[in-house]
Amino acid sequence: MRINSFFYTIGQGFKNLGRNKWYTLASIATITACLFLFGLFYAIITNFQNVVKTAEEGVSVTVFFNEGTSEDEILAVKSDLEKRTEVREIQYVSADEAWEGFKEEYLGEYADGFTENPLADSANLQIYLNDVSMQPALVTYIESITSVREVNRSEVTATTLSGLNLLIAYVSAGIIIVLLLVSIFLISNTVTMGISVRKDEINIMKYIGATDFFVRAPFVVEGILIGLIGSVIPLIIIYFVYTHVITYVVSRFTMLSSLLNFLPVETVFNSLIPISLLIGIGIGFFGSFITVRKHLHV
Amino acid sequence: MERGYRKRRTNRQIPEDEVITLENVTKSYSTGAPALNGVTLHIKRGEFVFIVGDSGSGKSTLIKLLLRELVPTDGEITVLGYNLRRIKHSKIPKFRRNLGIVFQDFRLLKDRNVYENVAFAQRIVQTPTREIKRNVPSILATVNLAGKYKNKINQLSGGEQQRVALARALVNKPTILLADEPTGNLDPNNSWEIMKLMEQINENGTTVIVVTHNREIVNAMKKRVITMKKGVIIEDEEEGMYIDED
Repeated sequence: MRINSFFYTIGQGFKNLGRNKWYTLASIATITACLFLFGLFYAIITNFQNVVKTAEEGVSVTVFFNEGTSEDEILAVKSDLEKRTEVREIQYVSADEAWEGFKEEYLGEYADGFTENPLADSANLQIYLNDVSMQPALVTYIESITSVREVNRSEVTATTLSGLNLLIAYVSAGIIIVLLLVSIFLISNTVTMGISVRKDEINIMKYIGATDFFVRAPFVVEGILIGLIGSVIPLIIIYFVYTHVITYVVSRFTMLSSLLNFLPVETVFNSLIPISLLIGIGIGFFGSFITVRKHLHV
Repeated sequence: MERGYRKRRTNRQIPEDEVITLENVTKSYSTGAPALNGVTLHIKRGEFVFIVGDSGSGKSTLIKLLLRELVPTDGEITVLGYNLRRIKHSKIPKFRRNLGIVFQDFRLLKDRNVYENVAFAQRIVQTPTREIKRNVPSILATVNLAGKYKNKINQLSGGEQQRVALARALVNKPTILLADEPTGNLDPNNSWEIMKLMEQINENGTTVIVVTHNREIVNAMKKRVITMKKGVIIEDEEEGMYIDED
């Protein structure tokens, strides 16, 4: 293909946007509406998952050791446990640190009456997990270690968070799939209708001797442009809505903002931008490619 | 008058000056009688041929077969050396670039102006822009539309639109011009103007095939007339007449 023909087909794609104003507007509006809904839901789900993840990060398993277990032995267990996939972080709390913490929290000035550390055998390991659902497996392993006296964990919290996590994953996957299917259906229909109206134009091109590529290229360029515009608009809207909603919630509902840790807009958009662009441009590309193909056999 | 067109001919060597060859061509659709039934036809380079007949006689099917829009059910069609039964899909555009096509309903791109409609045909064959800028005004002058190159299609009369279609068909200098009812939507004056242009094009060496119902024009122009009825050629006559079968 000559270079001027290549640029001609690209240019025709751009010009087609103006030539078919209503079709262009309808397609962009459909893609914008679908991806706006998708993006909004995506932002909510991502934040919800973040809340659960933050809660999960606070769940820990505390391991106490038999009387007489030395610090070196405890640290050896620590380094052994750190190699396990379930483990995110382990903090060693010595008997003195445990006593200091207890005093500070519960006794205050009354602690002066104690001359010795009553928690002499309370040196422990605080284990934070990568995934709370892995807690039972880890606890079983720890309980099998001979120097371990007791393992404290919150089974209810772990089970609840683990269940909630699974529920969110299923519900969000379900809603995202439904939204995606509805978007694909609506957008493809708009693209199909827009191109079918121009069936004659395709026929004329074919009668004159245009190759399939020459016929298809401007439509595909047009589809990609519509998809691009249709995905950028909702991203801009969601960006402003998201930042304003967070600012509003943080300033008006201080209680809520202390409980909920909203994700920064950049974090949400790191994944939302490529996903939205991929959907918009992808549907624009494949929608026009497939629809034009139907009319090429003239 | 040449008769006996339905007689089967096999392994016939196509003469060099023959641009269209149909040998026992049949085209059947899924229902009803065949639209074309064992048609044999030879058209030489530089001929001017009218194809006439009532509705349902097979004229349109014949044009569609020549354009390779349809594939024959049986028989062989060779146009400019291309065997249209065996031609690959990817080769069809290249084949069609040898043909100029004019339709009854003009089939112009309504969202583009006169110049763009004609230039479009040159773009398709990847003519350099410099040449397009030279060729398009020249062909528009030939069809007397040089002054209207900026006009939108809906600003033109039917006759003018058909002249744009003719300019578009001719700008790539086709070997064969196929016109399907080119005067069907035109008044007598415009019809004559179009036919005179076609005659002029034919005098310059282009083979012209016109499917028409216009008895007056066919009878006045004294060209080869092929008459079709119920899917077969019933008459093929040099300087023929379009006679009412009823």
